[in-house]
Amino acid sequence: MAMTQFRARALLLTPAGLWYAALLLLPLAVVLIFSFGERSAIGGYAPGFTLEQYANLPARFAAFRNTMTLAPLGTVASLLIAYPLAYFLAVRVSPKWKTMLLVLVIVPFWTSILIRSYAWIFLLGGKGIPALLAQIGLDDVRLLNTPFAVLVGIVYGYLPLMVFPIYVALEKLDKRLLEAAADLGTPPWRAFLQITLPLSMPGVLTGSMLVFILLMGEFLIPAILGGGKVFFVGNALVDLFLQSRNWAFGSAVAVALVVIMLITVALYTRAVKRFGASRDDVGLM
Amino acid sequence: MLDGYADAGNTMTQDHDMTQSPTDTRQTVAEFVGATKRFGEVLAADRIDLRIRRGEFLSFLGPSGCGKTTALRMLAGFESPTEGEVLIDGREVGGMPAYRRPVNMVFQHYALFPHMTVAENVGYGLRQRRPRLPKHEIADRVIRALATVRLDDFAQRRIWELSGGQQQRVALARAIINEPKILLLDEPMAALDAKLRGEMQRELLDLQRSLGITFVLVTHDQEEALSMSDRICIMGHGRIIQVGTPQDLYDRPRSRYVADFVGKANIVEGQIAARHSGWAQAALGNGVHVLVQDEPDDTRTHVDIAIRPEALSLVRRSDPTPAATAALPAMVTHRTFLGDHTEYLLTAEGIGTLQVNAPRAAERVAGGHDVGAYVHVLWPEQTGLVLAADS
Repeated sequence: MAMTQFRARALLLTPAGLWYAALLLLPLAVVLIFSFGERSAIGGYAPGFTLEQYANLPARFAAFRNTMTLAPLGTVASLLIAYPLAYFLAVRVSPKWKTMLLVLVIVPFWTSILIRSYAWIFLLGGKGIPALLAQIGLDDVRLLNTPFAVLVGIVYGYLPLMVFPIYVALEKLDKRLLEAAADLGTPPWRAFLQITLPLSMPGVLTGSMLVFILLMGEFLIPAILGGGKVFFVGNALVDLFLQSRNWAFGSAVAVALVVIMLITVALYTRAVKRFGASRDDVGLM
Repeated sequence: MLDGYADAGNTMTQDHDMTQSPTDTRQTVAEFVGATKRFGEVLAADRIDLRIRRGEFLSFLGPSGCGKTTALRMLAGFESPTEGEVLIDGREVGGMPAYRRPVNMVFQHYALFPHMTVAENVGYGLRQRRPRLPKHEIADRVIRALATVRLDDFAQRRIWELSGGQQQRVALARAIINEPKILLLDEPMAALDAKLRGEMQRELLDLQRSLGITFVLVTHDQEEALSMSDRICIMGHGRIIQVGTPQDLYDRPRSRYVADFVGKANIVEGQIAARHSGWAQAALGNGVHVLVQDEPDDTRTHVDIAIRPEALSLVRRSDPTPAATAALPAMVTHRTFLGDHTEYLLTAEGIGTLQVNAPRAAERVAGGHDVGAYVHVLWPEQTGLVLAADS
């Protein structure tokens, strides 16, 4: 009996286990080893053991700074836009329209992020929004290739990932709790702060973490909308591995990014324990 | 105590809601005046007129969709009447939002806040007061409320750690701590198992007596309504069908609807042969005459007559018929032994199916009757009641 159970468990876990070992742990180990090595004369990697690459990290300070400011900013902006939308979809929309509106939230995913980001080049470029602003007297507004353009791009690209977890949390919220709050003397806006918001925190945390982690590794949107002026750690990695061919330094930068993410996830887990202690439905992601 | 329908000497405590005027707010805590609620095409509450007396335990009883919950929600402030008025303490509250009303509700599935402890749930209403109450006062009152529902040791527990009965007590404490003018109970027992339900019903009654708060209960469980209420308001199709004490409704159902809903009743057709001061001589389908109670102003000749199963008794065909009793020939089709009594289903010639409940004590002496036995159903004079036509 116990043996059968063990076998069943082993059988269930084998595919995922092999997958993670081959595609996550192995590459991570390689990157870690590379990060202590050196750049060979012709580029790529030369074995060695030195902390030189890590000492050199400040050279890429701008990339880390951009990532560490725009990723949280993008997360917060997505949250501020997504929460009211998710609330509207979960609480206010009649069932008749709900499905259609939810599909509309997903529709952008049907097109490649590359193409959608290119569309923003035209919207933010000289003949797009700046041209419209010029009409009302705001001349020489430059949007493209600014941090703002990158922010717009990432909020646009990742909004659905924020909307859905919050939507699910709000959808699950027992509406009778709000009646109970009203019955006990709470006006609607206070009931939102005391009941709705705390009970939707699992969705907020899940969505924020999803978006934040993906933004930390983002390189496409800064590359397209930042025009080489606003670059993320992801862009630095592309540059180091594919252009400068300095694999050792690139690995050190990658390891630093992974460490930052781990710290973030640890903080997230603590936040979940505080907000979501009452819920068994809080996944890590 | 009650042998079928009331005998001649019993004076009925009629409901005077429609005639009493003007509203005496010392006696009336809340009132519906022609309160009507429409949801689109659906008429959920249809011209409800009712006075709720201060300190009473009133139940709205009826099947689902009868309008009882709508009536309760109009009191709570979750619905406002489409037409008519709802008054609390003599004040029209139709447009007053729930959070301003001096009433509190125990919800059907309790609706406890999952992100708060038991104590936080119970103190929630007090924390909403503006100007704010001092913290120590809230804490003291939470402790007292928890003691009232015998959950002293559970203050710091989480809601999901509690059993159904304990959760219900928390919901009760969370409501009564605010000292509402009326405590509204929306099928609070529905989620409890039968044994716990009986216990909670007794506790609720004790609580109501000790607090002196008016309780308004919504239920579809007639036993619950009968055992707990001072008065019951029977509802159907959004309207009030009959209001009265449990005994009133059991002894004097005005309609087939009420007779069917409160307790079990045999309803048979009768042809009125003669009437005399509230009594009617009626010929049943088999030609046998019975003397039954009737409204004095009734003029119908073809009527429905209700009689409770325990008012009837069974004897063998060969046994003599006692005086002032009609004997209906019948055959036993089903026999169900239920401990304290035996339930018989019979086919009576010219009448149809009758149910007779024979107490165990009588059967011990006289013996029972087997399925297939030919018997006489005995119908004593002056039991049974002519029903008004259902509106």
